[in-house]
This record gives sequence, structure tokens and C-alpha cells, in this order.
Amino acid sequence: MYARVTGEDVADRVDGPLLFLRRTVDVGLNEAVEVEDADGRVRLGRIAALDEDSVTVEMLDDTAGLRLDGTRVRFFGEPLRFHVGPGLLGRIFDGVGKPLDGGPPLAAEQAFRVDGLPLKPSARQPPSEFLETGFTSIDLMNSLIRGQKLPIFSGGGLPHERIAVDIACNARIRGARGGGDDFAIVFAGIGIPHASAEFFREEMERSGALARTVLFLNLASDSSAQRLLTPRFALTAAEYMAFEEGKHVLVILTDLTNYCEALREVSASRGEVPSRKGYPGYMYSDLATLYERAGRIRGRPGSVTQVPVLTMPNDDITHPIPDLTGYITEGQIVLDRSLHRRELYPPVKLLPSLSRLMKDGTGARRTHVDHAALSAQLYAAYAQAQQTRILASVVGEEGLSETDRTYLAFGDRFEQDVVAQSERRDIEQSMDAGWRALRGLPRNELTRLGDEQIRVHLESAGFDGAGARRIAAGQTAAKPAAQPVADADRE
Amino acid sequence: MTGQATTTWISGPVLRARAQGGFLLREAVTVGEQRLLGEVVRVARDEITVQVYEDTSGLRPGVRVQGSGQLLSVRLGPGILGNIFDGLLRPIGVGTERAGDDPWVLPGMRESAAAKFGFKPRVSVGDMLRAGQVLGDVSTGNGYAQRCLVPPDFPPGQVTEIAPAGSVADDVAVCRLRDAEGGEHAVTLSQRWPVRIPRPVGQRLPSDEPMLTGQRILDCLFPIARGGTASIPGGFGTGKTVLLETVAKWCDADVIVYVGCGERGNELAGLLAEFAELEDPRSGRLLLERTVVIANTSNMPVSAREASIYTGITVAEYFRDQGMNVTLMADSTSRWAEALREVSGRLGELPGEAGYPAYLSSRLADFYERAARVRTLGGATGAVTVLGAVSPPSGDFSEPVTNHTRRYVGCLWALDVRRAQARFYPAIHPLQSYSSSARGLARWWHSEGCTRWEQLRRRFLTLLEEEAKLERMARIIGRDAMPARQRLVLFCAQLINQAFLRQSAFSEIDRYATPQRQAVMMRLIGSFIDSAEQLLNAGIAPEEIASAPIFRALMRMGEEIPEGDWERFSELDRELAATVRRLTGQRSEAEAGD
Repeated sequence: MYARVTGEDVADRVDGPLLFLRRTVDVGLNEAVEVEDADGRVRLGRIAALDEDSVTVEMLDDTAGLRLDGTRVRFFGEPLRFHVGPGLLGRIFDGVGKPLDGGPPLAAEQAFRVDGLPLKPSARQPPSEFLETGFTSIDLMNSLIRGQKLPIFSGGGLPHERIAVDIACNARIRGARGGGDDFAIVFAGIGIPHASAEFFREEMERSGALARTVLFLNLASDSSAQRLLTPRFALTAAEYMAFEEGKHVLVILTDLTNYCEALREVSASRGEVPSRKGYPGYMYSDLATLYERAGRIRGRPGSVTQVPVLTMPNDDITHPIPDLTGYITEGQIVLDRSLHRRELYPPVKLLPSLSRLMKDGTGARRTHVDHAALSAQLYAAYAQAQQTRILASVVGEEGLSETDRTYLAFGDRFEQDVVAQSERRDIEQSMDAGWRALRGLPRNELTRLGDEQIRVHLESAGFDGAGARRIAAGQTAAKPAAQPVADADRE
Repeated sequence: MTGQATTTWISGPVLRARAQGGFLLREAVTVGEQRLLGEVVRVARDEITVQVYEDTSGLRPGVRVQGSGQLLSVRLGPGILGNIFDGLLRPIGVGTERAGDDPWVLPGMRESAAAKFGFKPRVSVGDMLRAGQVLGDVSTGNGYAQRCLVPPDFPPGQVTEIAPAGSVADDVAVCRLRDAEGGEHAVTLSQRWPVRIPRPVGQRLPSDEPMLTGQRILDCLFPIARGGTASIPGGFGTGKTVLLETVAKWCDADVIVYVGCGERGNELAGLLAEFAELEDPRSGRLLLERTVVIANTSNMPVSAREASIYTGITVAEYFRDQGMNVTLMADSTSRWAEALREVSGRLGELPGEAGYPAYLSSRLADFYERAARVRTLGGATGAVTVLGAVSPPSGDFSEPVTNHTRRYVGCLWALDVRRAQARFYPAIHPLQSYSSSARGLARWWHSEGCTRWEQLRRRFLTLLEEEAKLERMARIIGRDAMPARQRLVLFCAQLINQAFLRQSAFSEIDRYATPQRQAVMMRLIGSFIDSAEQLLNAGIAPEEIASAPIFRALMRMGEEIPEGDWERFSELDRELAATVRRLTGQRSEAEAGD
């Protein structure tokens, strides 16, 4: 970015993150500025308000140590932009797009506003293609679709970092072995501790995923105003790769709770009227400007899929951060402490988890013709199993009816063999695990399955043998390529 | 002479300007070279405060503000139907010649350019016309018949000029009227109307016919009348949007106005794509052709979100005045209320409950009051039915928006998180929901041949209520310890829930049910309950009744038996009778054997 005009000795007053300047040049709202103090330190800022005599600049860096005299202000005459170009993959940046890996600066080809622009709904291509994460609780039960935004609601001490890294390493576009060339990951750590940043970097390097990843790291020690920019820089990079280079980009943002805390801090220092729990009233709209940047554009090949991770303060899903997020995103994956205590990994709490776009990206030709019915039946049965557990805790197992006891057994089997998993599963393996768990439930209870589905998947002897053999042989995706076509014919 | 002003201060979407010439409160203005649209929200002697409806990046002191002399208004015309607009009725379609190809929403959008439509006059020179009367028929490309009316704010007058049949641009006069004072008034196909002012009507009519949604739980348990209002509160993930979209697809309205207010872009994209493919089961035409989408997604400028609700209802009233039945969906009114709160905060108003401005409740009342079934000024009958989703924070129904809305609506379709978690859709809670028009609409159902409608409805609701009580008891003493009659109630309630209330919006067969199919299913379930009681009295255990194949067949009839296949429903009838005979037969054999 190149400065258009420079003002010297124009600063009047600093108050928290706000810097007040005399209006000596004609500048516009929201334009970016760089403030260089007498010591040569450069800070980023944005014009937040203007009147005839003065300019209010909101500083995006810590203002401690800022002096008024000798301060030079460079006005860019345009909002903050990220200069991007080919060669993003494999690079590591800080929260405002400066290389951290000691590599050369990026060969800038185009500059995009980091705030992005809203997409016209009619220009969006509705998401409809399955993205395999390797986790059964996501792929089978709450499928992730390219162009979707599906957050993970975690809590302090839960393994969301592990899950985020596993998704980054295991995510795959079906049909393209090893992910294919047109698949990329943008991983943004927002306000994360140094140790986590190291963990992410090492794990990605070890699994080889770093080569198809762009890493943005904003550490807990960086300024909170910069925290607000990190996801915007990451998403700008993702949009460039998706819509200019035609890649399918999976963006993992962790941890959005740190982002919201920074938002609250900055809002408070501006003296705004707070809304729920001290968060600003515009937090919904602000989060929407991040999450809504997931999607596809008609007539362009790529896609931006988002998996934001947030930690629910006190595991409270009604807290404003998860609450407002859930109202914007297309579903959520909720993690559960009690499953984690029982060392089940991934500890996904299925009942409150949901993928709103699942119906659009699964089924014949996409995953499997019976995918939706299987998932609905597993959900209904698992909900019943949970109810039965409550009942059993009051009246004891002896007081249960026979049907109730089959539900109890199903619940345990389901958590052990379907939700928990020790290695990556493709969707066929996930479905096999699901059908296996359903065996043992009385036929009259399977109200979400048709008679034909019961016959083919639960009553024919061939199923069990074939499925078991395939898994014993350790084959991945052993289904013949012709299978989806056959499914389509049957439909 | 319109006012002009010079910007002196600007922050976010609000600016203040030094005014030369008079401005009206709520006057529409344009700001700067890009001609960004704004509205005057405060007027002082020499200063105005303007709320800008677009991204204000780059604006600076000194920028000109140009008055329009008119309240914030939209241009209503034949080109609206079948298209997508932003909160101020500016087209945001893509690839059309009127909107351009840019996929992004950029500042400085304009309203639709003039287009030509087919016009056929119904009046001739010398006729006397009043406001709201039809002066001609208008045909658009897609063939949906529309009418051109004398605007509601015109005085009565005599036709002095009328365009002949043919193709006419929508901004050219097709008719001239001379009023009693000799004043000349020109009527164009497209007409402006200020969004915050309800369009006048002849007379409000009672609502005694249902707006059919094709959803069993709505039409049979919590029906809404034409011209009625319903609120759909539900936490995230309970299926508000899917329910609204499903109703938008299959309800028997002539025109759908779908206001996506602060919601997801992908969902609206999905809706547009689906509506462009699906056919209206009644007319056989594409659903999109009867739909107007007003979209202000959550990341579009917040201030325009506040206006989008008024724009939506004004469009609905415009079609109502042509004698059509219009249904408006607002998803979600909570986002609108939040926009109200945000703008109010920027204006420095005193906050009320939960930070919302004190006038929240009266604004909500104003909005829902615009729903009605009416005799129009021109004498036709039309209706605007309003369905508003509410997204209460943390799913807590005691928050201000849900609470105030409840006071103004006739139906409450409360969504339940536990049903949604078990993937039981529509996740409407039968005990928390209500409809104040059920009694009035019973007559309609009875005259349609479903003579037991009211009785069965009450029966179903009573059983569901009883189930809730018994479930609590079962949790303490266990199901097996309950008397047989109570266990039977639980089975019957399960049947009502699974076979009748559950209805998959994504099942080709079950996404929509005609009143005839609903009535048949209702009657079948009623017969099963009667037979089951009979069997119970004959000493047969409820478990035995519920394990009969007919029970599973009834459970799945919604998903298995399509519209019009009455023979298969009759088969179920016969199978039920056979089951009763078989079970009583076995019983008497067993007794004989003893």
C-alpha cells in the first residue's frame, strides 16, 4: 500500500485507542492511515469519524508510548487492503499479512479490501458438494458442504485444537485422492498462546499439510485491535485463492472467542453503549461480515468453506458468542465434556449439533442414496437413547421395558463405535459403522427407514460380511467407483 | 424546490449536515457523487441528521446532501414480481440487463430502470374513476396478470386520456384524470409510495377462510386465516427458516413476499435456485414467478435492514390492492429490531428494555397491524397475511421482541429445541403454540367435507397434553408400572406425533399435503385411536396393539402414500379393521382355549 498524503505534526490528542488529528488534508471515512512516531515505530489505523476541523483515527495497534510531537501520519486515501498474489501456499503470516517465516515478501498481484464486500444472494451458487473431513460425527451425521460455514463450539480444555488440525490434515474432496491440486487450507490462529501456534505449525509440517496451507498467526501477546484484522486478512487470502485462482479453500479460524473479546475491549474503549454481557450491540452484524464470506459465486470454480472454532465461556451455549454465531452460521458442531472425560475422541455432542446444508450436499451421486435416512434414524434413536438414560437413572435398569433396554445398549454402542474413532474414516466406512450400530433395534422402532432400506442394509447377510472384511483389510474408500451411479439408477 | 445541505460531521452510517432550504423528517436524500441513498432522521433549524443506507467509506466533510422533497418511498410496478431486491427495492439480481453482472453489492445502487409492459385499458375517455379503481390490465413477460390502479392518494376524476392497448414504458402516463377542481393527474404503470405509511383500504373484512400451508401441524392444529398474523419464535437450529421457506413454497397465496432480513446469503441463494425450479402445485407455474424476494443479508448495511420490513409490507399491500391474496414472510424480525437498536444507539436515544428503543413495541404493532383481509378502495377483496420469525437470544422467549410480538399476533408457532435435536420437523411445540382463529376456521373444514375436524383436533391436542403429563410420571415410576390405559395414551400420542405432525420438508411425497390428504390422515389416526380403545376394553395389551404391522404402516403413510392415491389409504382402513378382527379373534380363541 502506498501513502498518498503525509501529514506532519497534525496530532492533537491521544485517548486510549483513539488519535485525534487536525484536518489538514481531505480524507474520507474508513480510509487507512499509518502513524509513525518520532522513534520510527509504525502503527496502523483507520479513520473512524470526521468533522470540519478534526479527524478521529482508531489505532489498530497498541497506543502506549505514542507521542504527539514529531508524529508523522500517512494517509492512504483508501480502506485497508491486502496485497496478494500467487505463492500464498506454504507461507506463514502474522495477523496483518506480514511474513513470519523469514521468506520473501509476497509477489503482490492484486490488492483486495480486507473488509470484503457483501455478495448478492442471486450471485451465490448454492453449496451442494460434499467435503469429507474424516470424522464420522461430521461426515455422516452433520455433513460439511463446500461453501458452508460450520463452527465448532468447544470449551476450555476440550481438544478443539487437535480436531482443527485433524480436519486441516484429513479434509479431502471426494474423487480427488490426497485432496487434489485445487484444494487449499487457510488456517488462522486468532489470539492464541505461543504454545498453540507452535503446535499448529509443527503438526502441519509433520503431516505435510503445510504445503497446501496458508497460516496466519495472531498471538495472545499481539494487540487486541490487530486481533480484529486477523480473520479479515485470512479471509481475503481465501477469497483470492477461491475466486481468482479457482481453488476450493477450507478456512479454519480459531479461536473466535478471542476475537469477540477484542471486539468488546475496543468497543468499551470507544465508549459505546454495551449490549448483552458488555459486548457491543453490533456484534451480530460484525460477526456476519466474517462468516458471510463463506460461499461460492455463480460461474466461478472455487469455494470458501469456513470452520470457525470458538470456546464457549463456562460451556454455556446461550452465551452471546456461541448464540450469535449459531444464528449466522449454517449449523454447529458442539463438543462435550463428559464424552471427553470418557476419552472418546472426537467428543462431539450430537444432539445439539447440526449442519443446515447437509440435505443439499448428500444423497445419491454425492455421497449415498440412503445417507440422509441413516443419519435421521441414528439421530432419532440416539435422542431416544438419551431419554432412556435419564429414565434409567431414576427407575434403574430393571424398571425399563425390553425396548428401552435395547435403546440403552444402542446408545453405548453408538458412542463407542460411531462417534469415537481412532483414525480417519471415509464416508463409506462411516456409513458402515452407522448401519452396524442400528442392528439390534426392533424393526417397529425404525420409523425413519423404509422397508427396502431395512432389507438391504440391516437384514441382508452380505452387508455385514462385506463391510467387516473391508475394514479388516484396512482399505480406505474401497467402494468401487461405479457405486454412486448404481445408487442413482436405483433412485 | 428541494433542500440541499453540506456535510459537517460523519461517523459510521450517520452524518450531520448544514442545511439550506427545508427538509422533511423522513425525507429521502442522496449523498455525494455516488448518490448514496439516505433518510433524514432529525431536523433542526439549520442542521439535519441523515441515516445513510449504504457503505459510507470515503465520505468526507463538505460532501453535498441533496433532498428529494419526498418521504422515503419505493417504486411499485409490474416489474417487481419474480425478482430480487435489496431493502429499498433496488434490484440485486445478477446477469439481468437491469442489474449488471457484478456479484458484489456496491454502494450507489439505483432502482430499476424503466421497462416496457403490455397494457390493455379497461376504461375509456369520459369515465369517472376513484382512487384504487382498475383502469387497465398489465401483462409482464412471464404472463402473470396484474392490474394498473388509480393511485390511492388521487382524488376522483374523469378520464381525459387513456393509452391504447399495446406495449408501454412503466414511467410514461397511460391515463390522465381531471379532478373536480380541474387539476390534471397522470397515472403511470409504476407508482411511488412511502414505505412507512400503510396504503389505505375500503374496509377491513373478517378472516373466515384459512391460508392453507400444506403443513399438517399448521393447517389442522394451529391454522392461520387469510389476513392473519403468526409469529414463529425459535432458538437457532430449530428450523425457522426451513419452515418459512416451506410455507412460502406450498401455501395457497397468489403472491409471496419473502423478506430475508439480516439472515444468511446461502439460504437466500438456495431459495432463489429452488423457486426457479419448483412448480406451484396449483397453477403449474414456477414458484419464482409469484414471489418477490427482498434481501438484506446479515452483512449488508444495517440501516437498510431497518427499512426492508416496511418495504416488504408496502409491496404486499400493493398486490393486495389488485385483489390478490398475499403472504409476507419476515425472517427475522429480531434482526430488524436489532437494526432499530443499533441506529437508535447511534442517534443517542435513551435505551429501554435490553437496549432496545422504547418505541420497539409500537413499531412492532404498526407492522403487524398492516396485515388484514380487506375490501380494497376499488371494491376487490384481497389479503395480506404476515408470518414473522423471531430469533430470541439464547432461545429465551421472555426477551422483549418475542414478548411484544406475542401481544400482536393471532397465531404463535413456537419452535422447540428438543424436537429439533431429535430431528423431528417441523419442530413446532404443540403445547406452547396456539391459534386464535381455529374456531372460526372449523366451519371451512366442515364445509369441505372433513366433518370431524374440530372434534379430532381437540382430541389430538388433549392426547398430546395428556402425553406430556404421563411422560413426567413415566420418568418417576417407569413405563411398565403404568396402567394399560395410560400406556395406550402414550402409544396414541406417539402415532399423532410421528404419523401426523412430523412432515419432512425434503420428502418429495410429504413436503406438501392437500386438505383432502390431511383430512384422510386425520380420520385414519382417529379411527386407530377408537379401535385401540375398543381393543383395550376387550383386554388386549397396548404393546400388542402397537406391534401390529398397521401401526408401522400408519407411522409411515405420510412418507409413503402420495397425493391422490386414495386407494392405498382405503387399504389402510381395511387393514385396520382386519387387525381389530384378528386381535379380538385371537383373544377369544385364547379365552376359549383356557
